[in-house]
This record gives sequence, structure tokens and C-alpha cells, in this order.
Amino acid sequence: MAFTAAADDQLTIYERSKPGRRAFVAPALDVPEHPLDDLIPARLRRAEGERARLPEVSEPEIVRHYNRLSKRNFDLDTGFYPLGSCTMKHNPKLHERVAALDGHARLHPFQDPRHAQGALELMWRLQDSLAVIAGLPHVSLQPSAGSHGELAGVLLTRAFHEDRGETRTQVLTPDTAHGTNPATVTMAGYEVVKVGTDAQGNVDLDDLRAKATPDVACLMLTNPSTLGLFEHGIEEIARIVHDVGATLYYDGANLNAIMGICRPGDMGFDIVHFNLHKSFTQPHGGGGPGAGPIAVADRIEPFLPRPQVVRRDNGNGAQPFFDLDYDRPRSIGRLRGFQGNYGVFVRSYAYIRSLGAAGLRDVSEVAVLNANYLLARLRAEGVLEHLPVAYDRICMHEFVLSGAPMKHDLKIRTLDLAKRLLDHGVHPPTVYFPLLVDEALLIEPTETETKETLDGFAQILVEILREAADDPEIARTAPHTTPVRRLDEAAAARRPVVRQRF
Amino acid sequence: MLREIGVESIEELFADIPAHLRLAGPLELDPGQSELEVFQELRALAVRNTSTEDEVCFLGAGMYDHYVPALIDSITSRSEFLTPYTPYQPEVSQGGLQAMFEYQTAICELTGLPVSNASVYEGPSAVAAAGYVAKLANPGRSRFIVSRALHPHSREALATLAHGWGMEVVDAPLCDGLTDLPALDEQVSAVIVQQPNFLGAVEDLEALAGAAHAAGALCVAACDPLPLSVLRAPGECGVDLAVGEGQTLGNRLDFGGPSFGFFAATEALLRRVPGRIAGETVDVEGKRGYVLTLQTREQHIRREKATSNICTAQALNALAGVIYLSWLGRHGIVELTELMLQRTAYARERLAAIDGVALLHDQPVVREFAVALDAPVQAVIDRCVAQGVNPGYALGRDYPEYENGLLVAITERRSRADIDRLADLLDGAVAAERSRNTHHVGAR
Repeated sequence: MAFTAAADDQLTIYERSKPGRRAFVAPALDVPEHPLDDLIPARLRRAEGERARLPEVSEPEIVRHYNRLSKRNFDLDTGFYPLGSCTMKHNPKLHERVAALDGHARLHPFQDPRHAQGALELMWRLQDSLAVIAGLPHVSLQPSAGSHGELAGVLLTRAFHEDRGETRTQVLTPDTAHGTNPATVTMAGYEVVKVGTDAQGNVDLDDLRAKATPDVACLMLTNPSTLGLFEHGIEEIARIVHDVGATLYYDGANLNAIMGICRPGDMGFDIVHFNLHKSFTQPHGGGGPGAGPIAVADRIEPFLPRPQVVRRDNGNGAQPFFDLDYDRPRSIGRLRGFQGNYGVFVRSYAYIRSLGAAGLRDVSEVAVLNANYLLARLRAEGVLEHLPVAYDRICMHEFVLSGAPMKHDLKIRTLDLAKRLLDHGVHPPTVYFPLLVDEALLIEPTETETKETLDGFAQILVEILREAADDPEIARTAPHTTPVRRLDEAAAARRPVVRQRF
Repeated sequence: MLREIGVESIEELFADIPAHLRLAGPLELDPGQSELEVFQELRALAVRNTSTEDEVCFLGAGMYDHYVPALIDSITSRSEFLTPYTPYQPEVSQGGLQAMFEYQTAICELTGLPVSNASVYEGPSAVAAAGYVAKLANPGRSRFIVSRALHPHSREALATLAHGWGMEVVDAPLCDGLTDLPALDEQVSAVIVQQPNFLGAVEDLEALAGAAHAAGALCVAACDPLPLSVLRAPGECGVDLAVGEGQTLGNRLDFGGPSFGFFAATEALLRRVPGRIAGETVDVEGKRGYVLTLQTREQHIRREKATSNICTAQALNALAGVIYLSWLGRHGIVELTELMLQRTAYARERLAAIDGVALLHDQPVVREFAVALDAPVQAVIDRCVAQGVNPGYALGRDYPEYENGLLVAITERRSRADIDRLADLLDGAVAAERSRNTHHVGAR
């Protein structure tokens, strides 16, 4: 039973504002008061009438407003979220508790390293663990997210080549790449050259050989790819790339499939980024925060961002000292302020310490098992007749279906299927990506889902397809049970309203 | 499950990985632990850090020890905000999208600009991102002019990226604490300043923006959002891009992150703004709703032609920001800032009265100011820290010209009693270091 009218449910915090209401009470003024004009001349100040129109609301109104908003969100703690390439795995609750401890949460970033030894040691140990997982010896925790790590990686490549007196202008990305890869390449000042995919879903080696010229600085690769497939020619790819003097970059979005099973460093990658908000359980927060540490080979190490967390061993049995090393003359420089998203490091470090080596391997094994099991269930239920798997191989932690036959036979598109899933209380998979699969659905169940959840999801797909065979209109007009129905995105872009009007 | 798949073992699922690439043994990591043991380990690490609960902290220089009200944790720890992905399915993400829309509105109000995105990573990378917008909007120009009082981390983050664009970053000097712009020519893409600047001084943004525009350059201001409640809005002063660090808006220090960066722009630059933007629209029944809009700017649609590569940003931190601003409210934010203004003025007077301490500049300030010590600054800091007071940030690391400079921040958490204690300790420490130096000179 709803006590609030629908319209009231939709008000913004500004529309709830009433003059004179407030939540904040300022601490008492305990120093002699100067006239404002003596402190800041009027010409530099806002006039009384130009105050920022922030809402005037009480604390109970704020709490109720945002609680209401929260109920208009679907979230991972409520239901299945098989959003491919995003690794929507459970976020252990312990992590929030340890990240909130005063010694972590209320530590000033300019605290002297002598008084931040716990934080620096934690960062050093996390660097060490990530290096072990990547199979590459050096780690910088600084980048703020995966795409920031990519930017670091391409700038490191530039520094590496410039150091050798080489000028290169192109970076290769497969046509299956995440959009962040080509966007990063442009932002780092290079030209994107696309490499094709062969009939088995691997990088087209002939195309790669043709495009791997001395102008190429780097190949950015996701392995397993965004098709959920392991590039079994990875060593040949590395050879081709290294033969022309380019670097091989590992996009870590899909690391969840291979932790403790194999290592990017052993495959020939020079630079790796991690998404701590994917494989290492930082909650996604509705679009961040994340963190995108990078691991690199020896030859890239001199160029890592400043500062680096280092351990200084003093000998004589003295405690090691953990420090920030700014003295890195060949560094590409900083990418951001301070030392990175430390609060994320605390959570990811807690995760690695909880699981250990065996646990991390279990994660990847079960992630791959769950994906293959779900694929097998969908096959057994006949779902693949309408939604064939794009490349019919054993998949890794995710797989891609094509909605093209469904669109033709049942007259519903992948978008309709996704929207109908919302009515069943499930978050849809990633849709229309990768781009080279028509009407794509990219499904990543993750290791923290049970067999029963996977069976249930398969049943939901069966029901939606059966329903569409009877009446495609239901899916085409879905969702029907969500707080709002399909939204007019075209109108939003045509006449953008990006702030409240007063 | 294996039977359903049609394999005998898990190992078979990894057959695509060449056998010699598969690890023969476990990773060289310590074994896993119980929840209790992990908690104890993380707590043991935490207590080896001196937090702002453990000492009286006057450190600022980009992040500030403000009070974070209890309702923020209560709301942001709700799983509906904590655990979803970026709102790709708007029908089940209206809460997050509306919060972004409300956040964008608050940032527009503070900056006086009509457009805000839903957040970028943090402050210094926001400055670098603004540089990229200027590069795209002002093609063919080869140089950024950055105030020497722009945060050193912002200057360095911009330089890191600008190198890839083949662009030069040139410092504009300071005169009595304020940016002193050189003559600008047609090669200048943007003039980038900070408000209040790194030394705490309030800049005349209107004059700086005017000079930038006269040369056809954009004006970018990296702003501290709380002082903006009493200072003239950057947009009103002609600033094209107002960006900055959002930590002070309801986010904890976290040893430097995660916080959020804000990014506000003129209407003319709307389609070059990086990252997510929430926009208002209607559903098929005419009901108001919100979507991620103008996505053709973004990497997942536009790929190599995108205006930025940013994907995951800082949505949860920006949510904390808008809750905080709602908590302060229209008048509360001014009251809070005016309290800091008064206490900062008091602290500045107290410190300037100490023998061996002089103001580095006498420009108007809001919650931070700089002094020059007539004693080795690190030794003075160490003496104060030993007494439980961290007196501030030593400027010499970034500014050799202010070798014994100290930057002191006064948030609402620092009372008059704290300030008096700082003044007394600093007085004693400077005097002790001066007599020690005199003694040494005499002994030689």
C-alpha cells in the first residue's frame, strides 16, 4: 500500500524545498567577528541575492527523499545482475567495515609517511599481490579506474619509445574492444587502427600481421576477449607485436576468468590494468568509485607514475620503512592527485587476504563453470535456437548470444528481451556489445551466483521467448512493472535538460 | 553442473589456454583467512596510521578535514546506491539518475555555469580533463598557461596528458600571492587558475577570464566548492570550465581517495563535456524520468571520436556530495563558510603575531593561508606533531621559493582552542629552532 501519491514520489529535492527549513546547525562562533567586507572585498563576493539555490529541507525530509530514490534502483544485493564485462559479483560486507576504520578513512593524504606506515604497507602489499597475480614485477596503484589505467598504459608506451628515440603514431585495437580502448588511444595522442576477428572469434592473425608495422606503438587486448573467449594464439600475437617493437597491453576487464590459472605476464603482456571494482569487489556505487592499478614489465618500470610506494629495508634487523618515492626522473608524471583511491585499496586488499591463492583460483574456476553451465542450460532449454551463441566454443567467464534469429522469428529485439527481463526482477545482460555480433547479449553470471539462480534465469528466458511467440507486443512494450516505463532518450538528447530549472 | 556442460573436470573448461601457460602450482600469496582474522589484520594496519581523530590536524592543500554528517553514511551505505552498476537500464535506475540530476543542479548553482556532468575521478585529473576539452574546442593552439598557484598535482596531471597531445604547459608566476598572467598570444589554448588558489588567496577571476578571452583562450578555474558559496560564481566571472575536487562535500579523507571531481561548463561546451550526464525526459506514459543523455560524446558509442575515455567515475561520492549540500542547505553553506572565514582570520592574526612567523601574502583568504617561518619548517612541524598538533603542509617540496613556507587549513572542526594551541606550539617550536640554529652558528 502506497501512502504517497505518485506525483509526490517523483519530486526532486529542490521541489521539496520550503523557505526556512534546514538540517544544518553551524557550530558557535568562538572568535572575534570581523565585518565580512574587511575579510573579502565585496567585489569578490556573491551578492546576497545570488546565493546558490540549494534546497531548504530538514534532515527527516532528506532521509526520506533519498530512501525513496533508493527504492527506484535495482541493485546487486537484491537480484541477479549478469551484466557482461562488468563482473557484478558479491561485495563482501566486511570490506565496508574495515574501510571505515578511522585509521584508514580519516587519514589525510599529506600525512607524513612516518605516521602513515599502516596505509603505505597496505598499499605495498597490495602492489605485491597484484604483481603476483599479473605475473609482472612492478605495480602502480595510482590510476582511478580501468580507463585511467589504459591511459597510463598508453602514455607509458609513449615514454618507453621516446626513451629509445622512436616516434610511433598508431595503436592497434581489435574490433571487439571496449569503447574505452579506442577512446584512450585518441586521448593519448595516437591514431586507432582496428584489427579484425576471425571465424573462431580470435584476433585475425593475418590482419594483425598486415597492420603490425614499425609505426605501431601498442596492441591493446582483452583476454579472455569481450566475446568471453581465450585467445589461444596469444603467444603468436605477442611475438608479432614484439617483433615490430610495440608493447602488448592487457585490458584487465576480464581478469576474473583467469586468476591463479594463468598470468598475463607469462602470455607476453608488458602492461596490465586491473579493475579493482570488477575482479576485486569494490562496490560499483552506481557508476564508481573504482580503481585501475597497472602492473608492468621491467623495461616499462622506469616510466611509472609518481609517486611510487616503496619499502626501504634498513638492515640490522630494523623494521622496514614504507615510503612514497618521488625521485623518478623518467616517470610519465602524475595522473591524478595524491596516491590513488586508497579506500578501494583497503577493500581489495581485504578480499585478497580473505581468499588467498587457493580462493582466487576458486573464484575463476567457478566463474567459468557458472558461465558454461548457464550456456549449457540455455542450450538444453532450446533458448539457443532463437538466441544462438555467437561463437560456439567452451567459453570463459562470460558468453555472447545473438538476438538476430529471435528478431526475425519472434519479432522482438534484444532490447525488448532486456526490458522484459526487468519485469522478472533480473538485471539484463550487456546488450548491443560487442559490436560485431548482431543484436548481441553479453552474459556474465559471476562466481557468486548459485546453480538455482542460474536455473531460474534460464527459465525466465524460456518464458519470455514462449510469451513472445504468442504475443510479441508484451516484450515490445516492456517493462510494465518498473517505476517508469520506457523513456524517450532521443528527446532527452535533442533538447537537453541537465539541471533543475527554478 | 559439469555433467550438464558435458565435461569431466573443471580443467577441461580451460583447455583453450595453452597448457604451458597454465600455472602448475598456486600463486605465491599467503593463504586465505577467516573474516575475523582479516578484520584484525586490517585494524592492525589502521592503528599504525595517525588519523585526524588522533591529532589536531591543520593539513589541507587539496583535501580538508571537514565533518561528515551521519546521514551521509546512512544513505550511501544502502545497497540500492552502493551496489548497482552505471545506470545503463534507466527504468530500474531512476534513483541513481535523479540523484545525478540533483547533484548536477547543485554544482551548476555553486559554479554559476549551466552544465555539469555527473562526476569525474577527482580534482587534478578534472583539471587535465578540462585541458582536453580546451584542446578539442580550441584546435591548433599549442600551449596552456597555468597559474603557479594551481595545485601542484593538477599542474603535473595536466602536463602528463599534455605531453601526449604535443602541448606545452607554462607556469604563470605569482605576485604577492596572486596569479600574474604574462602576455597571452594566439598559441594559448587555455588559462588555468585555481580559486581560492593553492596559497589560499582569493583570485580575481573576472580579470583572469577577461585576459584569457582577449587572447581567444578558454579560462578554466579549479575551484574549492565550499568557498564558492560566498565568492562570486566562476560562471558570472566569465570562466568557461569550473572543475575541482569534491572531497570537501561530504566525503571522507581516505588518504586521498575515492572522492569525486566536479566538471561544469558553459552551454557552448556542453557537447564536449566528458563522462556521464543525467538528463530529464518522459516515459511512454508521459511520466517524468531521467536517462544518461548526450551519450554520443561517450566512449561506448563514439569510441575513438569520444570526448573522453572515462567510463566508471565516482557516482557514490557525488551522491554523498549532493546529500551534503542538501544537509547544509541554501543558508547553511554560507554560515559554515563564514564561520571558517572568521576562524581563519583569527588564526592568521594569531600566527602572524608570532616572532619568526610572517604572512606569505596578505590577500583575502577563506579557509587556508600561507606563512613563512624563520626556521626550518620540517623541524618545526616535527616539534608540533610530537605535541599532538599537525600544523600544516610544508610548501618547500613544491615551491623552492617558499623554502620554509607553511600552508595552514582551518575547517569547522578546528575550534578557537585548537587554534590557540597551534599558535602556542608554533611559537615555541619556531623559537626553539631559531635558538638551536643560533647556537650552532655560534658553536662553529
